[in-house]
Amino acid sequence: MAQGNNYVLGVYDDEDILLSAVKKVRGAKIKIEDVYSPFPVHGLSDALGIKRSWLSVAAFLFGITGTSLALTMQIGMMYVDWPMIIGGKDHLPFPSFIPVTFEMTVLLASFGMVGTFFGITNLKPWAKPRIYDVRITDDKHVMAIDLDQNTIVENDIKSVLKDSGAVEVNNKNFD
Amino acid sequence: MSEATITLPSQKEADVHREAGHAEAAVRIPLVTGGKTIHDVTEDIAGRVEQKPTLTWMMAMAVSLGLLLVGTYAVLVLLWEGVGSWGLNKTVGWAWDITNFVWWVGIGHAGTLISAVLLLFRQRWRMSINRAAEAMTIFAVICAAQYPLLHMGRPWIGLIWVFPLPNTYGSLWVNFNSPLLWDVFAISTYFSVSLVFWFIGLIPDFATIRDRATNKISKIIYGTLSFGWTGAARSWEHYETVALVLAGLATPLVLSVHTIVSFDFATSVIPGWHTTIFPPYFVAGAIFSGFAMVLTLLIVVRRVYKLEDYITMQHIELMNIVIIVTGSIVGIAYITEFFIAWYSGVEAEQYAFINRATGPYWWAYWSMMTCNVISPQLFWFKKIRTNLAATFIISLIVNIGMWFERFVIIVTSLHRDFLPSSWAMFYPTWNDIGVYIFTFGLFFTLFFMFAKFFPVINMAEVKSIVKATGERLSKTHSNGKAEHAVEIASNGEKVKAVK
Repeated sequence: MAQGNNYVLGVYDDEDILLSAVKKVRGAKIKIEDVYSPFPVHGLSDALGIKRSWLSVAAFLFGITGTSLALTMQIGMMYVDWPMIIGGKDHLPFPSFIPVTFEMTVLLASFGMVGTFFGITNLKPWAKPRIYDVRITDDKHVMAIDLDQNTIVENDIKSVLKDSGAVEVNNKNFD
Repeated sequence: MSEATITLPSQKEADVHREAGHAEAAVRIPLVTGGKTIHDVTEDIAGRVEQKPTLTWMMAMAVSLGLLLVGTYAVLVLLWEGVGSWGLNKTVGWAWDITNFVWWVGIGHAGTLISAVLLLFRQRWRMSINRAAEAMTIFAVICAAQYPLLHMGRPWIGLIWVFPLPNTYGSLWVNFNSPLLWDVFAISTYFSVSLVFWFIGLIPDFATIRDRATNKISKIIYGTLSFGWTGAARSWEHYETVALVLAGLATPLVLSVHTIVSFDFATSVIPGWHTTIFPPYFVAGAIFSGFAMVLTLLIVVRRVYKLEDYITMQHIELMNIVIIVTGSIVGIAYITEFFIAWYSGVEAEQYAFINRATGPYWWAYWSMMTCNVISPQLFWFKKIRTNLAATFIISLIVNIGMWFERFVIIVTSLHRDFLPSSWAMFYPTWNDIGVYIFTFGLFFTLFFMFAKFFPVINMAEVKSIVKATGERLSKTHSNGKAEHAVEIASNGEKVKAVK
């Protein structure tokens, strides 16, 4: 996502005030780039109009990949490549395949989903994130408004933020 | 009695809180006491990471490193000499090694159970204990893994045998009919998924430490570990889905791991092992011992780090209740096993159980019975389950009892087999003990490193409940007045209110 350079930041110290503020700010036709919080705030995604995460679908797809890989591997090894009767069981002992199939389903679903999560949220060890305010990871919620994305005058935005209950309204430049 | 200071919420704060519908029933006991604000959570938890190591910590670390060193010698001898350095004989071919393996894996069940199962059940009390419990899980599984690895003699070769990798013998593949192979998959999956789950939870907290860091080294280290987390609403949306789906995946996984461990025994035809009750019985036992170990560790961490406001007496009581439930399941399983042995009419089966209780290993059997069946029943008394010293002692007893359980199941079932001329006893050698010490050293070294350099409580999660169930605000509703918080503050503690 292309990010601008000039921001107005509304700093909130209460998640309930933040929620009502998001509705007010969006009601005033101001585009919010994102809201940064120290912990997940329930209802914030809806208030911001963020779509529900589709990662559960990804997990399912990775999961069935794991199931089929595990079955293919076990059938391939025990039935096709080197059939052997072990412990009186036949070449295709399906019940014996259940544990490994289950484990590989879980393994692939978890790792696939987490990998996708890292990918789409741009999380990586060498990431250089833009930090709007260091207090975001402590106890403040910050609403970031990109001035280049908005046609409304800066001072109007600031007054809307103040009215919505922001404890501070700051400017932030990234140059 | 200590005197706590509480910053009272303003009337406006209380009003916003009430209007947002966070009101809790008056009978609910707050999960975060001491009138903590969100900022206090950061200070209390991240502050610990930033401090210089204390003398107590260094002494504890020295002891565990000492154990690790002694144990490493035993491991080197084991690798040099082979498993002949253990007390095994042709009758008792499985003894301490697998006892310790199952014991550690069992301990490794509480963490993911707390974070996954309790997340699915929306139990908020998990939030201040899940981090340490998950860490314990991961370290316990690492310790457990040492046994199958080391008993292979040459692990660097053995590691190739246990995985289905192409080889020059054909390829001669692993045997998917073998529960020992299922164990390889179960435990490696459990370890990796638990590790990922734990790490996902740590990311926002690492970001907190990164943003507070004043020196360059911690900025780089915690910056790398935090993966560039910013706390954006979009990220939190995905993050919560990931946590929920991982919990959903980890829940059957936790149950599968000890089920599969129990298959190692249950699929054999040895009297005493060959029973269908093993999977649920092993899972209950694992949760039982896991919670006991969590309590042992957390009671100490809570005291040393002064975390009484986060890990409250209520947390300890709830864990003790899990111990009564799982301890009782284990007790019923012991009795059922005995009954079925008699009821089956199979002489070998009957003898295996009579021999357990009255044979040469009677002391192990009755230690197991006393520690696992009788001692947790004391928790029916509220006075005992809300007493720290009693909880700590019983948690240790349960850990000892659960070790004996595995020893009894394994050694007493083997030592008198079908042929009386081959009956034998098992005596551990110094190397059996040394390798056990090695895993203790490893476990505590890892745990103390964690306790110093990682946030021991999940800050982001606890922050999300500070408003709803924190003492400071949750009790303002009863009469709509902010002052009310003080009256109910901390059980019996004198509280000084500050406006």
